[in-house]
Order: sequence, then C-alpha cells, then structure tokens
Amino acid sequence: MDYKDIIAKYADMPGGIIESFHAIQKELSYLPEEAIVEAAKVFNIPAAEAYGVATFYSMFSTNSRGKNVIRICESAPCHVAGAAEVVAALERELGIKMGESTPDGLFALEFTECVGQCQATPVITINGKPYLDVSPAKIPGILAEYK
Amino acid sequence: MAEEMRIVLRNYGKIDPLKIEDYIAQGGYKPLEKARSMDKEALIDEVKKSNLRGRGGAGFNCGQKWLFAYKADSDVKYVICNADEGEPGTYKDRMIMENDPHTVLEGMAICGYAIGATKGYIYLRGEYPQLVDILNTAIAQAKEKGVLGEFDIEVRSGAGAYVCGEETALIESIEGKRGEPRYKPPYPPVEGLWNKPTIVNNVETFANIPVILEKGGDWYASIGVPSYPGTKVFTLTGDINNKTFFEVPTNTTVRELIYKFGGGIPGGKKFKAVQIGGTSGAFLSEEQLDTPVAFDNMAAVGATLGSGAVFVLDESRDVVDVTTRIAKFFEHESCGKCAPCREGTARMHELMEKLNAGKGSAADIALLERLGRVMSYSCLCGLGQAAPTPVLTTIERFQADYNAKLM
Ligand SMILES: Cc1cc2nc3c(=O)[nH]c(=O)nc-3n(C[C@H](O)[C@H](O)[C@H](O)COP(=O)(O)O)c2cc1C
Ligand code: SF4
Ligand code: FES
Repeated sequence: MDYKDIIAKYADMPGGIIESFHAIQKELSYLPEEAIVEAAKVFNIPAAEAYGVATFYSMFSTNSRGKNVIRICESAPCHVAGAAEVVAALERELGIKMGESTPDGLFALEFTECVGQCQATPVITINGKPYLDVSPAKIPGILAEYK
Repeated sequence: MAEEMRIVLRNYGKIDPLKIEDYIAQGGYKPLEKARSMDKEALIDEVKKSNLRGRGGAGFNCGQKWLFAYKADSDVKYVICNADEGEPGTYKDRMIMENDPHTVLEGMAICGYAIGATKGYIYLRGEYPQLVDILNTAIAQAKEKGVLGEFDIEVRSGAGAYVCGEETALIESIEGKRGEPRYKPPYPPVEGLWNKPTIVNNVETFANIPVILEKGGDWYASIGVPSYPGTKVFTLTGDINNKTFFEVPTNTTVRELIYKFGGGIPGGKKFKAVQIGGTSGAFLSEEQLDTPVAFDNMAAVGATLGSGAVFVLDESRDVVDVTTRIAKFFEHESCGKCAPCREGTARMHELMEKLNAGKGSAADIALLERLGRVMSYSCLCGLGQAAPTPVLTTIERFQADYNAKLM
C-alpha cells in the first residue's frame, strides 16, 4: 500500500500520527521523508514536529533499513545471561555490525532495551516476534526462517 | 512462611482468555454491575477502604486519586491503563493481559463509572504487538455482550520509549507527540489527556479492582502489610533457579522471594546482590534480605518496590559491570527535556565506563556520589530522579567491587 493511503486511514484518529507511523513501518520497515511530510500535512502539524515524533521513538527509523528488523535486548537481565555472545554470533552470521543492514536488504541489526520476555534470557525479536533463551548455536536456524 | 496468593492472576490457567464466556462463568463483570448500582462516592469510598496503592511504581492511593478526578468539574474525562511496562526485568502486566484481558477492561470500566468517564485508552508498549489482537478481541467481545455499557476502550501502541511509562509523557504520546513529561502540577486527575481530567492506573492496579468490589475493601485491606495491602506480582530474573513470576501477599520478604519461591541460586553459588523494582531500583545486599516487599518497608532500606522486578546476582558477578550497563540504559532513555538528566545520565555513564575499565579513581566515585545526589532532587521527572539509585546503592553496599577496579 502507498504511504499516503496508510496515513489517510488514521486521519480522523486524534493523535493518530504514531499509529500511522507504525503502519507505514510494517510495509516499508522505515519512515521515508516524504511520508513524514505527508503525515504532518494530514495531522495538521508543522513538518518539524512530525519529524520530532519520528525521531523520538526508538522503534521508528528515518533511515532505510533491512526488511526484517532483528533487535537484541541488552538490558541487565539479558546482559548477564550472555547477550554479548548472541550479538557476536549475529554479526558473524550476517556479516554486518550492530546498527547496520545486510546489503541484500533482508536484515537490520539493532539493540533494544528489555522487551518484556525476561523469563527466558537472552532474548531477541524479529519484526516484534520474540525468540527466547537464544544462544549462538540457535542463530542460523532462527535466521533461516526469514530467508 | 508466606504462600502464593492469586488475586490479579486468579483466572490464570483457568480460562481461555479469548472467550468472554469463560470470564463471565468465573463471576466476571458482576463487580461492574454491582459498581453501577452503587452511588459513585460510596464506590470510590470502597476502593479507598481497600487501601489499594498503585502498582505502577509510585504507590499512590488508588481511591484517593479517583476522588480527585471525580471531583474535577468537566463533561469529558478519560481513563488510561498504563501498559507501557518498560522497566527491564518486568513482564507481569503482560502475564495479566495475556491470560485475563477482561479483568483489566472491567477494572477500567469501574473506574470510568466512578469518575464519570466514557472513554478509556490502553497505552500498550510497542514491544507487545501480539497483545494488540488479544486486547482488541476482548474489547470487541465485551462490546458485543454489552457489558461495558457506554464505556469505550481503545488500544494505542507505544514505540519503544521507556520514559512514556511516566504518566504525563504517556499522555503526550497518546496525543501524538514526543513522549516528554509535563511540568506538574497540574496532575492528570485535574488536567490530563487533551487537558481533561484523566486517571492513569497501572494494569495490575486495574486488575485488582473487580475483586475488591466483589469481596469488599475491608477484605483486601486485611491482606499483607496494612500500609500497602494486597498482593504483588513479582518477576524473577538473573541468577535464580525459578526464572518465573509469583503473586504473593505484601508481607513476603525478599529472602522468601529468592529462596522459597525462586528456589535459590543455581550451581550452588552464593548470593551477592539483588536489584528490586527494575533497573531504576536499589541494589540490596545480604543484610537487607529480610525486608518485607511492601512499599514503605522497601523505602526504609532506600529501595522502591517499583514494578516488582527481582534481579538476582550470584557471587561470580561483577556489580560494577552490571551497574555500567544500567547507566547506559538511562543515558539512552533520558528524553533530554531537562539538563540535569540529559547531561547527568551521560556523565554518569561516562564515569561508570571509566571505573569499569579499571581507569577510575576514588575521586571519580566521589564525583558520582555528588552528581547522583544532585540529580535525585533536580531532575524534572522520575526517570532522572531514580537514575542514580543503582549507582549510589552499589557504591554504598558493594564498595569492594569498586575498590577492586580502582587504578
Ligand atoms: C520513567 C518512568 C517510567 C514509568 N513507567 C511506568 C510503567 O511502565 N508502567 C506503569 O504503570 N507506571 C509507570 N510509571 C509510573 C507512572 O508515572 C504512574 O505513576 C502510574 O502509571 C500510576 O498508576 P498506579 O497508581 O496504578 O501505579 C513510570 C514512571 C516513571 C517516572
Ligand atoms: S528527568 Fe530525564 S526523562 Fe525526565 S524530563 Fe528530565 S530529561 Fe526527560
Ligand atoms: S531483560 Fe531482556 S527481555 Fe527483559
């Protein structure tokens, strides 16, 4: 769907700009500049303000990034459970560093704080879906689901 | 010794959360019916009598808060359920919403009737996309059955900002803005969402309400510690055998949580430290373990009950390293609106990194203590005020760990 159509769906929702950003990212994985400008128009706020919203929240990205967003929890419980080894395994497997995307546009690698699945640390999420008790050995199998 | 006692998780495993019939078969939505037959002030009085205090961290008296909003003169008022649950190590609100969404809706509807609001919002953290469907299904079922009457509930998603758990930042976020806390007063019960009187309560707080209506305020007030009665849901993480959740009366001690419910430390290792209440909470050492978990008892040892997270470290852990990680969290999550927090969290993280790398001196520790003290009273919101707590309490209680890393 075109970003204009997505934003239009939320036009009548008071304060709906954040919901519209979520919906755009579901399609495009990030918020293109044109979409932010369009949202500003629809929600009747200055473009600077819309950009301010887009950059405030860590789940929104204003830079293009890989289609499947992998987030690794680095909060204290995951930290002591070995999150650093999971980070190393993901970087190795994908050939990129944290904060980067794979050249084929398939994966983006990001840190996150706690995602509320601390019963089974360390935790990663892919497009919001949690994977629990992750270990370096489990990484290739998890990534294969998205290839 | 204390036993588990399930009030907010009373239906856990007993009902299909996606079937309203199951909830109703357990007596669900009867309390709402009862509430609606009551005089509003009498209803709020009953909640006050229970002495239920907010489960989102600040521990404010729930009925008292409702009374402020009830008395506020306005044709439009709002009820907001705070489901932002951003405190690392916490997932109790998720457990409640996943397993019994209707108890939250019912609690919100009772509040709506009490204060005179017909619109409610659930502000759900962006990290729980699966829950959007569960909550919307439950709302649709409740509407179809007509149990909510004229009370309407809408789910809004956050987008990964810890500070949006702070109630005024949360309100800004629902309004579609950057989630920066407001100056207070006015407080939300007087001027909240779209400047209308608004009640913000935590998921667990709302989940208690139907039971209080069913069994009475006196019954609730008699459970646990009188100054903070009822139960609390705890989530156990770190070096602990049973990494899971427990709902226990508030007179349970931290030691019981770790050794009785948590099953102790794995691998025969010794206990070293526990952080209570999430990442903004205090670290306790062995000497403080016999403290009851209730709010004021915790406050007496410089701790907060917070969200109910219990993060255990065994003897092999490096407290300075863990605290450094936590300091990074606060630098990242500071919204930047006020200077003491924006600058303070960055400097605090910088100093902790220096100490953790073995390049720090006693002067750096003294500087951290001073900075922490200043932040605790000069920051605008609870984030910046609480950010120094893990640093200050570990410096005080785990001095040996710091000394071992000095240059
Ligand atoms: C930085 C910060 C984060 C907070 N996060 C949450 C949260 O995730 N959930 C919550 O219920 N309360 C949170 N609070 C507390 C809320 O501001 C507010 O006190 C609470 O929602 C009131 O509900 P209660 O009285 O039922 O506890 C937070 C406070 C601060 C300062
Ligand atoms: S204390 Fe920190 S999070 Fe709170 S308003 Fe100030 S900068 Fe923002
Ligand atoms: S600490 Fe990593 S999921 Fe909660």
